[in-house]
Amino acid sequence: MLSIAIPVAFALLTVAQLLNLYRLLKGPTLLDRILALDTMYIDAIAMFILMGVYFHSAVYFEAALIIAVMGFIGTVATSKFLMRGDILE
Amino acid sequence: MPAYQKSPIPGNRWLPHPLMTLVLVIIWLFLVNTITFGHLLLGTLLGIAIPWFTNRFWPERPKIAKPFLLFRFFFITFVTDVIVANITVVRLFLLPDISRLRPRFIEIPLDTQDPMVITILASVISLTPGTVSAEVSEDRQTLIVHGLDVADEALAAQTIKTRYEAPLKEIFSC
Amino acid sequence: MTFVIELLVSFFLVVGAFFAMAGSIGSFRLPDFFSRLHGPTKSTTLGVGAMAIASAIYFSFHGEGISFHEVLITLFLFITAPVSAHFLAKAALHQGLHRKASSPETSRKSSDP
Repeated sequence: MLSIAIPVAFALLTVAQLLNLYRLLKGPTLLDRILALDTMYIDAIAMFILMGVYFHSAVYFEAALIIAVMGFIGTVATSKFLMRGDILE
Repeated sequence: MPAYQKSPIPGNRWLPHPLMTLVLVIIWLFLVNTITFGHLLLGTLLGIAIPWFTNRFWPERPKIAKPFLLFRFFFITFVTDVIVANITVVRLFLLPDISRLRPRFIEIPLDTQDPMVITILASVISLTPGTVSAEVSEDRQTLIVHGLDVADEALAAQTIKTRYEAPLKEIFSC
Repeated sequence: MTFVIELLVSFFLVVGAFFAMAGSIGSFRLPDFFSRLHGPTKSTTLGVGAMAIASAIYFSFHGEGISFHEVLITLFLFITAPVSAHFLAKAALHQGLHRKASSPETSRKSSDP
């Protein structure tokens, strides 16, 4: 059962990442790109978790947690920067 | 009236946030993924040290008047709404004709000015039915929310007020 | 590992991945920024949360003892997703994106290639 479920989940996540990549490259605004990156890191967490189940290893958990923390800080910092930049203009 | 003053759980100079200490110990045990005496001790040490060092960052303690209602709100209202909202939103995303959506901003007048209640309300709104909280006005009187598919603005605002704001106000008694 | 557990893990994994994909489809198809914001905040968060729960169930029944630390990721995502969405929405309001919501594809093309 898992031998079917894991490839299916990987395929769905790959489609998701490609759609995010399209949004990241297309834009049209800077905020759309930030949003696409935000979605990409959350999907990356999902992929790491899936790899942890696939390889039966707990190491991937730490990587997923670090990506979660760093991605959140990155999103907040960039959007905060955009806000501030606009106010100071 | 600020919703902080006296907490039902006593705290003092050395243990300023008892609830936060408990949460930190639990998070530490989750993080190391084992329950041994050593880790319990280390977690307790961290749970006492971190609130003590960061005490000046949050001088007040949140006052939870009805913890039981908080559990009910979180586990029944919140969890079911998140799942239902996601199924609705996914169905909207997969609509063949995407231009049928009616996205618009809704203004929700707030009954409470307590920062923590507003924070929790905004987070809950972002995670549940097709709405994302966008902005709180300077005077904390209105919350601006973006809805993905809103048919009736007044009805949507009313639903949010009765379903989320009223229980939160009761839980934190303000 | 019994069949029921395996079924449960598979179910959570596939449903979670489906929700994550649906969130990305939302951000791919929708016409303006504020509508796109709905995908990642709701669907993707729930999807990844479901996958973390699947992982917790898997390692609890297949590894050495109970493993619950994946729940931390779920918790963290559910706390941070509204915050980052709120920041993005705030930044978008400051940039005035809500005024040009009608023609988002053409609005900034010249300045942001």
